[in-house]
Amino acid sequence: MTLEVKNLFCERDERILFANFSLQINAAEVVQIIGQNGSGKTTLLRILCGLSDAYTGDILWQGKALDEVRDEYYRAMLYVGHLAGVKGALTPEENLRWMMQLDKGLNKCSIKEALQQVGLFGFEDVPCHSLSAGQQRRVGLARLYLSSAPLWILDEPFTALDKKGVREKEALIANHVHEGGSVILTTHHDLAIPGKTVRPINLDEVAVT
Amino acid sequence: MSFLLSALKRDLLLVFRHRNDIINPLAFFLMVAVLFPLGVSPDPTFLSEVAPGVIWVAALLACLLSVDGIFRTDYEDGSLEQMLVSPESLLTLVLAKVLTHWLVSGFCLAIISPLVAMMFFLPEQGYFALIVSLLLGTPTLSLMGAIGAALTVALRKGGVLISLLVLPLYIPVLIFGAGTVQAGAMGLPIQGYLALLAAILVLSLMLAPFAIAAALKISIRS
Repeated sequence: MTLEVKNLFCERDERILFANFSLQINAAEVVQIIGQNGSGKTTLLRILCGLSDAYTGDILWQGKALDEVRDEYYRAMLYVGHLAGVKGALTPEENLRWMMQLDKGLNKCSIKEALQQVGLFGFEDVPCHSLSAGQQRRVGLARLYLSSAPLWILDEPFTALDKKGVREKEALIANHVHEGGSVILTTHHDLAIPGKTVRPINLDEVAVT
Repeated sequence: MSFLLSALKRDLLLVFRHRNDIINPLAFFLMVAVLFPLGVSPDPTFLSEVAPGVIWVAALLACLLSVDGIFRTDYEDGSLEQMLVSPESLLTLVLAKVLTHWLVSGFCLAIISPLVAMMFFLPEQGYFALIVSLLLGTPTLSLMGAIGAALTVALRKGGVLISLLVLPLYIPVLIFGAGTVQAGAMGLPIQGYLALLAAILVLSLMLAPFAIAAALKISIRS
C-alpha cells in the first residue's frame, strides 16, 4: 500500500501553501502533519482524499493517478474530517448504520461493539444533538473501530475528547499500524503511539522552500 | 437498488425528525390560496378563471422555497464530504435526495390541491387535470431546483442565487402545468399537455442527476 504525492503546488488566497511538496506514505506508517493554524493541514488532507481540486501535481495510489482509481481508493481509505458527518437528528446507532451503508468496508465489528468501545453504550437511542461535543465526536470516531480500510486519514481526531479517550484512540492507531495499516493525521496533541515512531511533516518548513 | 432504498429511508427519517420541512411548503401553499381571494376579489367567476395560474404559481414557489435545503444540512455537518469519499454512486444518493424532496413538497401539494381548487371555485372537471399536472410537473421542479441547490450549497447565502438560476428552467413547466388545468377546467382534452409535462420530466430525470452530481463535486472540491 502506497500513497504518493509528487510536486504538489497549492495556493489559497494568493498565499502559497505548498510548492514542490512531495510525500510518500507506505504500509504500517503513522504520519503526523503539523503546522500553525492556517498552514494548510486540512487543505492537504482534503487534497489527499480527493475532496479538493485546487492544486497542481500528482497524487498516486498504488502507483496510479487518483482520478483513475477513485473507487478502489475510496474502498481502501477512511476519512474522518473535522466535521464528522454525524447527524444531530439521528441516534448514534442510526448514524453508524448509515455510515456502514456508505462504506461497506465498515464491517470489522458490530455497531453495538463499536459504541461500547467508544463509551457510548446506553446512548444508542439518544438523538446525537442531545449528546455533548465530545460524545458526538466519539460517534464519528466509532468508525475507526468498524473500519477494515488500510489507510486512515484523520483531521484533528482528538478535538473535544477527554484524556482517556485520546489514549484509547492512540492504542487503536497502534493496533491498526501493527496490522499493516497506515494513518495520516493532523493534531496539535503530542502523539504517543505505543511501540511506533511517528513521522512528522512540518508544513511551516514546507511553505518556505 | 438496495442502496437507493436505504438512502431514501435515511432521508425520510431525517425529514420525519424535522417536521417543519414538511409543513413549511404546505403552509406557504395554503397561505397563498387563502390570502389571494382576500387581496384581489372573492368573486367566484373571477377566481375560477385565475385558479389554474395562481395554484400552479403557488405550488412552484413552495417548491422553490424548500429546494435550498436539499443539501444544506448535509453540507454543514460534513455528511456530504462522506458521500463524496464513498465508493457508492453519487447519482443514487442524489436521486434519493431529490425523491425525498418531491415526496415532502410536490407530492403533498398535489394531494391537498383539490382543497385549494375548491376554495378557488375551480370547475369539478378540472380537478383531475390539476392533480395529474402537479404529480407530473413537480418532480421536474425538484430535479431542476436540486441543480441550483447543488451549485450554491457552498455559498453562505445561496437562496437568491438559486431563484435566479432555477426560475428560467421552471417557466416551461409552469406554462404547460397551468395550461393543463385550464384545458381540463373547460372540458378540453388534456393528453397533449400531459404528454409535454411527461416529456420534460423524462428529459430532466435523465439529465439532471448527472448535473446535480457534477455540481456537488464542483461545490465541494473548489
